Amino acid sequence: MIEIILAVLSTVGALSILFASIGILRMPDFYLRLSVTVKASTLGVGLLLICAAIMFPDVSVTTKAIAIIFFLIITAPIGAHMIGRAAYFTGTPLWKGTIVNELEGMYDQETHELEGEEDDDQDDNNTSSDAKTDEG
Amino acid sequence: MITLEAYFDYVILPILSISVMLVFIRLFKGPAVVDRVVALDLIITIGIGIITVYSIRSNQEVFLDVAIILALIAFLGTVAFAYYIEKQKDD
Repeated sequence: MIEIILAVLSTVGALSILFASIGILRMPDFYLRLSVTVKASTLGVGLLLICAAIMFPDVSVTTKAIAIIFFLIITAPIGAHMIGRAAYFTGTPLWKGTIVNELEGMYDQETHELEGEEDDDQDDNNTSSDAKTDEG
Repeated sequence: MITLEAYFDYVILPILSISVMLVFIRLFKGPAVVDRVVALDLIITIGIGIITVYSIRSNQEVFLDVAIILALIAFLGTVAFAYYIEKQKDD
């Protein structure tokens, strides 16, 4: 029974890693490559580590495996976000089929900050207060 | 009846090695620097998986310590690359 569980977990993990590598090879755009890669590889390595945690009867191995999975789940999105942000600043071209680019013109090229966050909040407050006064 | 050891040896590890080879093609081709950074990060992540399977196969749980350090190095490398690529644009 345990062998079947281990076989299924390791197969799903290895296949998702394989799909991540095929995706990074075949996707047309840097952002699509990033989007495919991070999630699938984290899932695959996590499943393989769960395999190791089931296989060894030790508590220390289980602790180590859970620590690695936790670390990967925390750090992979942070690293992906940082490298995607750097790629957007250096002007990596988008795929020609990309329709929506919500960040276009929103970043200040000098200070690397998102524009208009605080102003939008203030505008919202003003409009809501105006609406209230109109209703009153 | 196929044993689990043979399954790890002849199915899982070849799949992982083929994945590393496919990512290496992207590491050489990659048109931008960021593509190569992501490919390198993915190679290290697959390396963690290979280390895990190898530690299962050889019954040596010590190798998981290497996996911890490798995950740390992958994260630090990606963050450092992103930081300096972003700084590079300012000049």
